[in-house]
Amino acid sequence: MTNTINIFKKEFRGYFISPIAYIVISIFLVLTGWFFFSTFFLFGQAEMRNFFSLLPVILSFIIPAVTMRLFSEEFNTGSYELLLTMPVSPLNIILGKFLAATAFVAIMLMPTLAYAFFISFLGDLDWGPVIGGYTGAVLLGAAFSSIGLFASSLTRNQIIAFITGMTLCFVLTLIDKMLFFLPESLLSVFQFLGADFHFQNISKGVVDSRDLLYFLSVCFVMVYGTNLVIQEKK
Amino acid sequence: MIAIRNLTKLYGSTRAVDGISFEIKKGEILGLLGPNGAGKTTTMRILTCYLQPTSGSVTVKDHTIQDHPLEIKKLIGYLPESAPLYPDMLVYDYLRFVASVREIEGAQADSRMKELADMCGINEVMHKPIHELSKGYKQRVGLAHAMMNDPEILVLDEPTSGLDPNQIVEIRDIIKRIGKEKTVILSTHILSEAEATCDRIVIISRGRIVADGATAELKTEAGSDYVINISLQGAEFDDIKGQLESIAEVNGVIPVRQEDGVVDFHVACSGSRDMRPAIYEIIKKNDWPLLEFHKESRTLETVFRELTREN
Repeated sequence: MTNTINIFKKEFRGYFISPIAYIVISIFLVLTGWFFFSTFFLFGQAEMRNFFSLLPVILSFIIPAVTMRLFSEEFNTGSYELLLTMPVSPLNIILGKFLAATAFVAIMLMPTLAYAFFISFLGDLDWGPVIGGYTGAVLLGAAFSSIGLFASSLTRNQIIAFITGMTLCFVLTLIDKMLFFLPESLLSVFQFLGADFHFQNISKGVVDSRDLLYFLSVCFVMVYGTNLVIQEKK
Repeated sequence: MIAIRNLTKLYGSTRAVDGISFEIKKGEILGLLGPNGAGKTTTMRILTCYLQPTSGSVTVKDHTIQDHPLEIKKLIGYLPESAPLYPDMLVYDYLRFVASVREIEGAQADSRMKELADMCGINEVMHKPIHELSKGYKQRVGLAHAMMNDPEILVLDEPTSGLDPNQIVEIRDIIKRIGKEKTVILSTHILSEAEATCDRIVIISRGRIVADGATAELKTEAGSDYVINISLQGAEFDDIKGQLESIAEVNGVIPVRQEDGVVDFHVACSGSRDMRPAIYEIIKKNDWPLLEFHKESRTLETVFRELTREN
């Protein structure tokens, strides 16, 4: 446990030592700010629904960019050998990296809280969906981080890790938009697999155990998958 | 202290390590020697729990690598080849991280880091990012990493590769100093280094052990054997071979080169008696014009070459 925390600290600091963190956060804020406010004043409603409906698509390519280096870089420079031969287990490493990526996503979302305060001055903002939306965003961030981590464990090439992670995230985001291709009997199954579907449920301000369970199981499956990949490399 | 039994590691169908067994006693400095790709690094990686063996067992104290990898990792400090450290971190931050993973906290970590910085001579680079360091300094930081928790066993993979002669001497001194109390395993393909630092040498070739013994022992064994290099004109090699091999002490006649009627060859002899007069008698009897004739005692280097030759 202490070693998971040690690795978490190291990875989390690592984001801010190199310029990645600042670049990724800037891109994220510019994109969300632009897309959100370009239509905000046209609707003239004091709510953040449009912001949250944008998030899954934007996060599905921002987060793989954050997570692509987690394992790939270590494999490539060989530092993984030093890390693993210290008294830590592979699971310590995986959890530490996963938590660091999730914490980074939470930090990245933080400046957008300013939107909420800004809107609350303009009109009567309902805080329920906002709180729900941020809870959902962190859960979504955790799920996508675990996917990105898994993609990163597959290869020593960061670009391949990024593209694999982005593809997986996009599939999960868009799967419930593609339902008209499918037979009716499979509809509910595929809708339930969609990350966007569950995220939109939570961002309405209703935290349902099914949606929570969905995000937690994505994290669990991906962390477990990463563990299998890492064990296989021995 | 460490017992390795029938260790085998397959990469696909290649046998990187093929049934290696040896033991290491406490306080020994063991040199793992071998040509490139002999399986030195793989053996070390298995010992440090980085890789799982395909078969065989490794026991450190009472722990096996399969059942108690964490306990073993706590006992071992490991410096991989070319010290792959995190390039973006500062040396200080990196060592601090290692200290926390090794469960050394607070003031204790500070004093330990100061000690190591003095010992490895890295005081002046403490606040530089690792990617700015030269190869030699990286190697020293790697050494500090390996010695952080004052481990009972140190495993060093080619600790002096890429260093300049002064740094090599310094690192060797450090290793010797540590080796007085600790068990050290180091791999190298520089023979003089193994001779200078190790108590015992294990030579590996193509995944198998071909020699195992105390450094002095290997050398005296080697010293009693010698090779005579001869160059003759206008003689048939088969004829020479037939006549020279009639001497009991001659183990073999190995051709080196035959052109323009000149035959170069080695005569491998055993025993401590000098066989040059006897060989000269044969040459004189046949009246072969003699171009070269000199004796070369077998050093560790010739032992190494003979044992690891590709054939």
